Amino acid sequence: MRENILSIIEKYQKDHRRLMDILIAIQDTYRHIPDEAVDILADQLDLSKVDVEQTISFYHFLSREPVGKYAIYLNDSAVANISGRAEVVQAFEEELGISFNNVTADGLIGMWDTADIGMNDQEPAALINGAVFTKLTPKKVKNLVAGIKAGKDIPDLVTEIGEEVNGPAALSTMVTNNIRQKGAILFSDDYEVGQALKQAIAQTPEEIVTEVKQSNLRGRGGAGFPAGLKWDFCRQSGGDEVYLICNADEGEPGTFKDRVILTELPKLLFEGMAIAGYAIGAKQGIVYLRYEYRYMQAYLESILQELRDQNFLGKNIAGKAGFDFDIRIQLGAGAYVCGEETALIESLEGKRGEPRNRPPFPVQRGYLDKPTVVNNVETLCSVVQVILEGAEWFKSFGTSESAGTKLLSLSGDCKNPGIYAVEWGVTVQKLIRRAGATNVQAVQIGGPSGMCIGPDQFNRQLAFEDLATGGSLIFIGEERDLLGDFVVNFMDFFIDESCGSCAPCRSLNVILRNKLLKILDGKGTNQDIDELYKWAGVGRVTNRCGLGQTAANPILSTIENFRHLYEDLVETNENFVSTFDLKDSVAESNAAVDREFVLPHKTR
Amino acid sequence: MVKKDEKISFEIDGQTCSAWAGQPLLDAAKDNGIFIPSLCHVQGLKPAGSCRICNVNVNGRNMTACTTRVSAGMVVENHTPELNELRKTIIEVLFVSGNHFCPSCEKSGNCELQALGYRYQMMVPRFPYEFPVKGVDARPDLIYHDRNRCIMCKRCVRSITKDGKHVFALNGRGGEHLHVAMDVDLASQLTEAEAQEAMDICPVGAILKKEQGFLVPIGERKYDKAPIGSDIEAQNG
Amino acid sequence: MTKPVLATTSLAGCFGCHMSFLDIDERILELIDLVEFNKSPVDDIKTFTKQCDIGLIEGGCCNSENIEVLKDFRKNCNILVSVGECAIMGGLPALRNGISIKECLEEAYLDGPTVKANTEKIMPNDEELPMLLDMVYPCHEIVKIDYFLPGCPPRADLIWNALVALVTGDELKMPYEVVKFD
Repeated sequence: MRENILSIIEKYQKDHRRLMDILIAIQDTYRHIPDEAVDILADQLDLSKVDVEQTISFYHFLSREPVGKYAIYLNDSAVANISGRAEVVQAFEEELGISFNNVTADGLIGMWDTADIGMNDQEPAALINGAVFTKLTPKKVKNLVAGIKAGKDIPDLVTEIGEEVNGPAALSTMVTNNIRQKGAILFSDDYEVGQALKQAIAQTPEEIVTEVKQSNLRGRGGAGFPAGLKWDFCRQSGGDEVYLICNADEGEPGTFKDRVILTELPKLLFEGMAIAGYAIGAKQGIVYLRYEYRYMQAYLESILQELRDQNFLGKNIAGKAGFDFDIRIQLGAGAYVCGEETALIESLEGKRGEPRNRPPFPVQRGYLDKPTVVNNVETLCSVVQVILEGAEWFKSFGTSESAGTKLLSLSGDCKNPGIYAVEWGVTVQKLIRRAGATNVQAVQIGGPSGMCIGPDQFNRQLAFEDLATGGSLIFIGEERDLLGDFVVNFMDFFIDESCGSCAPCRSLNVILRNKLLKILDGKGTNQDIDELYKWAGVGRVTNRCGLGQTAANPILSTIENFRHLYEDLVETNENFVSTFDLKDSVAESNAAVDREFVLPHKTR
Repeated sequence: MVKKDEKISFEIDGQTCSAWAGQPLLDAAKDNGIFIPSLCHVQGLKPAGSCRICNVNVNGRNMTACTTRVSAGMVVENHTPELNELRKTIIEVLFVSGNHFCPSCEKSGNCELQALGYRYQMMVPRFPYEFPVKGVDARPDLIYHDRNRCIMCKRCVRSITKDGKHVFALNGRGGEHLHVAMDVDLASQLTEAEAQEAMDICPVGAILKKEQGFLVPIGERKYDKAPIGSDIEAQNG
Repeated sequence: MTKPVLATTSLAGCFGCHMSFLDIDERILELIDLVEFNKSPVDDIKTFTKQCDIGLIEGGCCNSENIEVLKDFRKNCNILVSVGECAIMGGLPALRNGISIKECLEEAYLDGPTVKANTEKIMPNDEELPMLLDMVYPCHEIVKIDYFLPGCPPRADLIWNALVALVTGDELKMPYEVVKFD
């Protein structure tokens, strides 16, 4: 083992900033990070053991315990649950004779819950040793387990079990991309790689920045910061070492647009990155790819090589002397918060993905403390058309404050889940119709961190000036238990995904979830609802990052828009109801002395 | 970052203050006789901004005073009912999410969390107690580590090293899994002075030097007679 | 004029809070003028004989009897006050909250280093004995509690000031030295 681990460390030049790659390689090989590996890593990288462990323990797909030769990670998002996840869990447990979050005695198969894996349009879905298995059914599970036990390879099982194998051959995945509506900016029919890049390098970097600024292109990850301005700030920071990072850590449950872009339009993305690199003066671009999308990694690497071969990446790109730019892919290891740009940078440096305090902003001091631009996948793709067609053309789409188009991930209770490229300004109502959703009780806009709205707001527009979103809508049908099936799931998600740095995020969300469960248990009071709302507002103003500031949104927005659902659960006018249950509470001590439960004696 | 050649003036709760440009707001306030409460900040350590108790309003925005650097003309609100309520809420969250049973804690009377509880007149936390079970590690000769009392301020994580390596580091993420882990091998090598430093940097009773408990009688401990921060405020007359 | 009626009890506590109450020294004479005692260890009245104005609760809830007494106090007292750390947060008894009941009982009656005489390995189980709860509960998680007086024990001055404030309706005086958690 020692030799192998040493060679992995050597491969990354003994650089502790590449700890993520090193750990993923060790995890892949040994199905966990063994004690011996921790010792060797601490020794070789000159860290303490707790330092090594703090990174390991932060990431869901790194484990100190064996996860199984075949590790099945079944998505446990709300939409997976309403798509038949329970039956799939039952089938797995029956086939394997173990319960979830365990490994079979022979160490062959482990089954684990995992947060949203970006497959909301084809749930229930699972990751098995990096490959995605979608639309799982008890029957598929049976075949899958039989195949694994028979010693079949995962890629063969993908072909065997997938109803269709989708995308380019190098991908060989059963993930279908469900592109329902194409738009001019992202899915232009006459896109040809390299055109925009050649056009860009004929201009000065300053001109490119100006063009992007004039286009009013705003960040597509959700926050909506003007892209051109970000580039400009980065340029102003100066220095000859500047980084461009593409944020492909799409982790917001319900969002899967970047998955589709990365599969269908990787060249568009990489060309956008090259243009951005040219504009800000970066020589190195990094795609931070979420672990859940590692099934694309080899494919994306092959595309990068193709572009290098065409001289669209590398040195003196497209014949422009001195324009050097290349891209590497950095795999994440399972942490939603790494979608936050400063957490992403920490992770890139081999550390826990804890968001940094700002200022300094990444454009001032980012990756390796150098000026860094972090842009979303879709933002970088949009740049290509801005360069080709010009800012004015770009602004002819959308609204006054939200220029261009937006790629939306639509899922939940609807006939046509998938990807829709729409102009900003589209109403929720229109999207409900297009997706074929009927009897809609609520729409979750922008994922759990966004907001939940009811029919009285379906005429609102998706736009930064109205309903801002990073790009997802989850339709929730009338038959669903909005609070029990969705809000609790969302709160559990944020509790698990909190980096834990800020006290209110780490602990208050647990308190909120428990209070919600009290209300759902029929033990709530009107005062509980008022307190829940009041306490839920604390994180918004006190927490450091976007996760912490929005983590209570599932509760806040449902109390605001669906207060009647909470009130319907309150069974009393009392202002105090205890959750205490005497019979439950003495069960353990009765069992310890082998005694029947009797009502307590009368006080003498 | 701190420009020791450039004095600037700014305002806290209407009081004109002066400080070196770029000084952390929390430290600058202290120099001007104004107390901004905090549990994670230690002057000289890299600000963590993790306890969020030093929340102030800077030019209309909620910011943590430990991570904000002062600039000329900055207008800061510190002692307002809204901010004090937020701080009290966070203090109460910390009380219920650990096992803070003061009478049995060696740090009682010298504990900063307890002292803030006094200052903000917490009679009872408004939240249910969680009674977490996070374990105690008493293996090192000189110190022991009671994780049930840890408030994860990261002071020890940032400051306590042995031969340049961190003795304490966070472990896990989210919810109940997160804790501060102690490197037992390194912790066992700490000298008397280093062990004392580890105990003193901890604002609560999570890191304690062995055989040191209850040395100072009740009534004479740090926060028995006067509220935390009153020494700072005394400079202000 | 009728005097306000006071009741007190100690649940899972050590009676230290009651001792502190008696630490009001000579003010105990004023106390007699101020209130009338009903159910309380102070006067040894075992059952409520009338509706009371104020109930002081020492101790948290560690067994089924504590629950019953506490609920009885809630029913018979207009205002309930949690007095001391045990009532407020479980206190010393709550240090067992991370340990299973079985382990606690076995340590106490079978395996503990001080267990010598229990050769028959008997675990107390008389039907007169109340049952242990799964954990020690703060009183306000069982019934509505109106006021809280922290301390271990709460300083005599705090208890006195609180009683006076409740009876007279004046504002409660809380000098810094008087409100402590230990």
